[in-house]
Amino acid sequence: MFSRLVLRAAPAALRNLPRPVTVGVLHTNRLLHTNEQRLAPLPPLPEKGGEVRHGLIPEEFFQFLYPKTGVTGPYMLGTGLILYLLSKEIYVVNHETVAAISILAVIIYAVKRFGADVAAFADKLNEEKIAQALAVKNDAIKSLEAAIEQEKKEQWRAEGCTYLFDAKRNNVAMLLETNYRERLMTVYSEVKKRLDYQVALQTLKRQKEQDHMIEWVEKSVVQSITPQQQKESITKCISDLKVLSKSAHATV
Amino acid sequence: GPLSEQRLMDVRLGQLPAWLSTRDFSPQGLLGGAQKAWSSYYDKYINVKRGGPAGISMLLAGYCLLSYGWNYQHIKHHRWRTYH
Repeated sequence: MFSRLVLRAAPAALRNLPRPVTVGVLHTNRLLHTNEQRLAPLPPLPEKGGEVRHGLIPEEFFQFLYPKTGVTGPYMLGTGLILYLLSKEIYVVNHETVAAISILAVIIYAVKRFGADVAAFADKLNEEKIAQALAVKNDAIKSLEAAIEQEKKEQWRAEGCTYLFDAKRNNVAMLLETNYRERLMTVYSEVKKRLDYQVALQTLKRQKEQDHMIEWVEKSVVQSITPQQQKESITKCISDLKVLSKSAHATV
Repeated sequence: GPLSEQRLMDVRLGQLPAWLSTRDFSPQGLLGGAQKAWSSYYDKYINVKRGGPAGISMLLAGYCLLSYGWNYQHIKHHRWRTYH
């Protein structure tokens, strides 16, 4: 429990001690970048520390003495040692002993009473940190997956572009065809206009020639009738008329 | 393996002088040995997910013992009896 508090309170002090690394025959204090496999990803921390009995003596000591002395061996050893130290006064009982006993009593009471609560609190803080990191990671993964979906959709859209281009090509071909036919029509109409003009010109010319000729013939004929001929023709007409009137009289 | 690569706990009692002769007692060697010892202790008892009081209580107990040993010459004068 204390270890968790210390870890939270002074991480720099305990964690920033560099570990010695043996690289080849060189004992170094700095990590050399020779073996990438060791650095990432880090193996997870072990769940529990080494077993310790009564908070002071590692379990390995008890296991070490168990084959020879059984379960009570280490306790006998401890009792004998303490009695020896006291009787030979290698450990002297003085005011510091009293202070040590009271301090130990307070510490043990505090650990027994508040240990579990502090442990739960520290665990909760750790959980929150881990949950935050996990949330970041999950958000990143989700956003990347969404990006993948988007990408796939864009690819699908790009596939559809071929149809789009076919339709556009058809449109363009249609436009070209229409334009071509319009121009053909223009050409045809223009040529026809010019040919019609030539035809009209020729017709007009012939008409004019005819009229002029008729006029000229009439004029010349009229001119050729001399007064003598006119008189003769008038008397001839009168005599004919008389004859005709006579014959008409006769029939009536 | 060869004697120089074994850890102290795995060395037999009779091989101890031979093992000691293979150790590196230069300043870098001693420093490296101290760091290795600290790092193995740290990784075993402190740098865990759910530690307990054992991690630093052992350090404090060791400190108490060491300081008692350093001050023993002074404490000797407060003995209760002269002859044991």
